[in-house]
Amino acid sequence: MARLDSILDLIGDTPLVDVSRLSPNPRVRLLIKLEGQNPTGSVKDRIALAMVEAAERDGTLRPGQTILEPSSGNTGIGLALVCRVKGYGLKVVLPENVSVERRQLLEIFGAEVVLSPGAEGSNGAVRLAEKLAADTPEYAFLYQYGTPDNPGAHYRGTGPEIWRDCPEVTHFVAGLGTSGTLMGVGRYLKEQNPAVQVWAVEPPAGELVQGLRSLDEGYIPPVFRDWGGAELLDRKLIVRPRESIEWTRRLLDEAGIFAGLSSGAAMAGAARAAADADEGVVVTLAPDGGWKYLSTGAWTDPLDDVVERASRIIYF
Amino acid sequence: MPVEVRLPTMFRGDAAGQASVKANGGTIGEVLDDLVRQFPRLGGKIVTDDGTLHRFVNVYCNDEDVRYLDKLDTKLADDDIVTILPAVAGG
Repeated sequence: MARLDSILDLIGDTPLVDVSRLSPNPRVRLLIKLEGQNPTGSVKDRIALAMVEAAERDGTLRPGQTILEPSSGNTGIGLALVCRVKGYGLKVVLPENVSVERRQLLEIFGAEVVLSPGAEGSNGAVRLAEKLAADTPEYAFLYQYGTPDNPGAHYRGTGPEIWRDCPEVTHFVAGLGTSGTLMGVGRYLKEQNPAVQVWAVEPPAGELVQGLRSLDEGYIPPVFRDWGGAELLDRKLIVRPRESIEWTRRLLDEAGIFAGLSSGAAMAGAARAAADADEGVVVTLAPDGGWKYLSTGAWTDPLDDVVERASRIIYF
Repeated sequence: MPVEVRLPTMFRGDAAGQASVKANGGTIGEVLDDLVRQFPRLGGKIVTDDGTLHRFVNVYCNDEDVRYLDKLDTKLADDDIVTILPAVAGG
C-alpha cells in the first residue's frame, strides 16, 4: 500500500496482532484485530461505506441527499467521513452521554448532531431517529440496526480477512452492539469451520439505561433476529466497566496496544474463552483506538474514578 | 438454597423497591418461580405464560446469559448471582 485514489480505499484489511502473552492459558493463543487502523479509527468505517454504497446502488440515496442515522458515535463518525468525501449531508442522532471526543469528531467531519436523552441510552437514539425518518421522508434512513449491509460488510470483509490471516481460529469473541460484527464474522467463520465458537461480550447496558419504564421499550436489533443470532452465538457474557478498563490498560501496558474501552471488554471475554478451552486460538476484535477515550482518564486516573465515569457514558 | 437476584430499575417497584433480593431454587427456572411467589406483581414479566423468557428480558448467571447455557434449566450453585436486565440497544 503506498498510493491510493481516496481515503476510503484505506477502509478494511486491518492487521491481526498476536497478544498471546496476555492469554491466561499457555495452550491457547490470543490474537486481536485492530480496527482502530481504519481511517476514522473504528470498525464502523466498514459498515458506513457498505451502507452508503448499497444505498447508492439501489437508489435509496440520491446525489446531494442527507443521511439520517442513530449512533452512539462510531457509525456516525464513519458515515461523516464517507458523506464528506462523497458529498452527502449527515444528521446523527447521538445519546447525550457519549464521550466528548465522539461528538467533537462528528462536528469536525461536518455532521449535524441531534442529541437524544442519555437516560434512554441507544434505545432513545433509535426511537428518535425512527420518528424523524417517519416525519421527514426526504432523509435517507440507512439504519445500521436493521440493514443487511451492516453484517454483510463483515461477512464479505472482516470475516474473510480473519480466515485468511488465521485459519487455525477456534474461537471468535467480539462486542455485541448492533450485532453486525458478530453476525457477519460469525456466520462466515462457521461456514468455513462449523466447530468455531462465537462468543458475544456486552456491557451491562440494561443496568446503565435507567430511563426504560417498561419492557415494551426493550429492543433487539433486527440484524440479530434476521441473521439468526440466537442460534449463531455459543456464549454471551457481560463484562463490567471495571474489568473492561483493567484489560484496556493491560493491552497498553503489556502489548503496547492503545485501544478503546470496548476493546478491553472484548479482551476480557477472549481471556475467559482462552481459560475455558483446552487448547486453541482465540481471535478477538478491538473496535477502535484509544484516542476517543482520553477524556475518561482511562490510562491515567485512579481506577475507581474511571469506573465511575465510564458507568455514566456509552462506550460500546 | 438461596441465591442473590439483582433486579433492574424497572422491576424494583414490583419488588418493594429492592435492587437485590434472595430467592430459592436449584435452577434458574426454580429461582424465578420463587421470585414471583414472593413478588406476585413480577408474574408474567420475566417468564411469559408459555413458560419461556420474555423476549426483552435477559437473565444472567454470574454474568453469563442463560439463553446460551441451559436456559431455565441452567443449574445454580451456592453464591451464584442471578442478574435480570432489559434488552437494550448498543452500537
